[in-house]
Amino acid sequence: MTKKIIVLAESREGALRNVSFEAIAAGKKISDGGEIVSVLLGDDVSTHGQELIAYGADRVVTVQNEKLKQYSSDGYAQGLLAVLESENPDGLVFGHTALGKDLAPRIASKLGSGLISDVTAIEEGGDEPVFVRPIYSGKAFEKKVVSDGLVFVTIRPNNIDPLPKEESRSGEVTSLDVEIKDLRTIIKDVVRKATDGVDLSEAKVIVAGGRGVKSEEGFEPLKELADLLGGAVGASRGACDAEYCDYSLQIGQTGKVVTPDLYIACGLSGAIQHMAGMSNSKVIVAINKDPEANIFKVADYGIVGDLFDVVPLLIEEFKKIKAS
Amino acid sequence: MNIYVLMKRTFDTEERISISGGKIADDGAEFIINPYDEYAIEEAIQLKDAHGGEVTVVSVGSEEAEKQLRTALAMGADKAVLINIEDDVEESDQFTTARILAEYLKDKEADLIIAGNVAIDGGSGQVGPRVAEQLNIPYVTTITSIEIDGQTVTIVRDVEGDSETIETSLPLLVTAQQGLNDPRYPSLPGIMKAKKKPLDEIELDDLDLDEDDVEPKTKTIDIYLPPKKEAGRILEGEIDDQVKELVQLLHKEAKVV
Repeated sequence: MTKKIIVLAESREGALRNVSFEAIAAGKKISDGGEIVSVLLGDDVSTHGQELIAYGADRVVTVQNEKLKQYSSDGYAQGLLAVLESENPDGLVFGHTALGKDLAPRIASKLGSGLISDVTAIEEGGDEPVFVRPIYSGKAFEKKVVSDGLVFVTIRPNNIDPLPKEESRSGEVTSLDVEIKDLRTIIKDVVRKATDGVDLSEAKVIVAGGRGVKSEEGFEPLKELADLLGGAVGASRGACDAEYCDYSLQIGQTGKVVTPDLYIACGLSGAIQHMAGMSNSKVIVAINKDPEANIFKVADYGIVGDLFDVVPLLIEEFKKIKAS
Repeated sequence: MNIYVLMKRTFDTEERISISGGKIADDGAEFIINPYDEYAIEEAIQLKDAHGGEVTVVSVGSEEAEKQLRTALAMGADKAVLINIEDDVEESDQFTTARILAEYLKDKEADLIIAGNVAIDGGSGQVGPRVAEQLNIPYVTTITSIEIDGQTVTIVRDVEGDSETIETSLPLLVTAQQGLNDPRYPSLPGIMKAKKKPLDEIELDDLDLDEDDVEPKTKTIDIYLPPKKEAGRILEGEIDDQVKELVQLLHKEAKVV
């Protein structure tokens, strides 16, 4: 049965996030040929409509309001619920991002529906879509189906491929006027700490450091390597506990779970809690002085050596590749 | 201040996971308070110490969660409540748990509800916001600091590495992120005192709910372990040559750079 799917798009610093295109592809897998309607909320977002169409949305609905300039659960819930009321969809897809994680459970609760969060793959072809998601931080996986009500999922960034971008696609971009009433939480200030806006959960490349990095300054070469590869810096709990870096960089069972294309683990032993957070990365490189370190068991490629020797050499070599 | 903490009993993070009979095998496994809920309990105790009031820790689960509730009491919580669904609920999801907690909390006049932002087992992170929505109170997720001055609450939350400062008011639900505090270990006197603190057990009946009201909306049809990863290649030779080889491999073989 064809389903009409609402896909929530997200922009960050004026650009659409990649996960929004991945969510459109996920919507297609669920819709069984039904319509994909992408929804954008913000103060000035209509210019993004065409890009969502190019990535496969059939139609785009925008809700523009000064009060939606910054995300708030109250504001976005009001905007989105108004769209849901006029569209009456069979399913919803959000990114499993900070915004998606914050908003989706509220919307699901309001609609009295289930929510399958942090989906990494969707199996089509059966009577109903089957959703794959990691549990125990990736130590195991489960397959879930919706047994009652809306098909509502959030998808983990970097796991479901977006559809190819086709500029020739066309579709309607409409806007819906929604009055946004009292916001009970007010954002007073935002301090950007993330490196160059590359978010850990969405980064294609992560350079992570453990206790072997030895100090805050020790993270400098890791940052340089991450910047060179357009990636982000992560850390083990050991490095965070030792105050070499902020807890927001922590990867592991407590901390973030990541699945980049390339994970470079530097001076990191590979405690089970850390491995739960990164072992599903596509390619893992381990650099460690200790040839017995656990991290080598999950690494695709390993170098036994001092990270302070190896990382600068890596930076040089990658620069040559980039230049060629 | 009337503070409630939502707590889940989970596998110890050190545990390896195995599967038997289509379920996660829990024979002999160590269980702990979900680490994010531990931050929630610690914060509740600190807020009580600063502002006065009472901390009640609530868990939905089976009789076995009594042990973790007792630990929360030993840390310094005043009361614990186990909503035992073992006999009534065969299958559950986040809809189920949130519905039960909201039903329990609706007449408690909580000023502040603190939960972990995610449980390390199921990893869905839904229950906190779902409960807030049902109680019609505001919520702030993944918080790393909270200050309360009368009814005004100032919070810092972690948003993918950025820090947002938020102003809101009580009553409120928040979910704890790592970095919020350092949870204490229960002290020996704490453990002794905990034995005398109230740990109530209630069932769905006591909440005027029956199984149909909390029937899950989603269903797990399979659980499996990820394919075991083949051990990779340890490169050899001079460090310079290893690095050159690695970059070539990443570029040409793995094609990730």
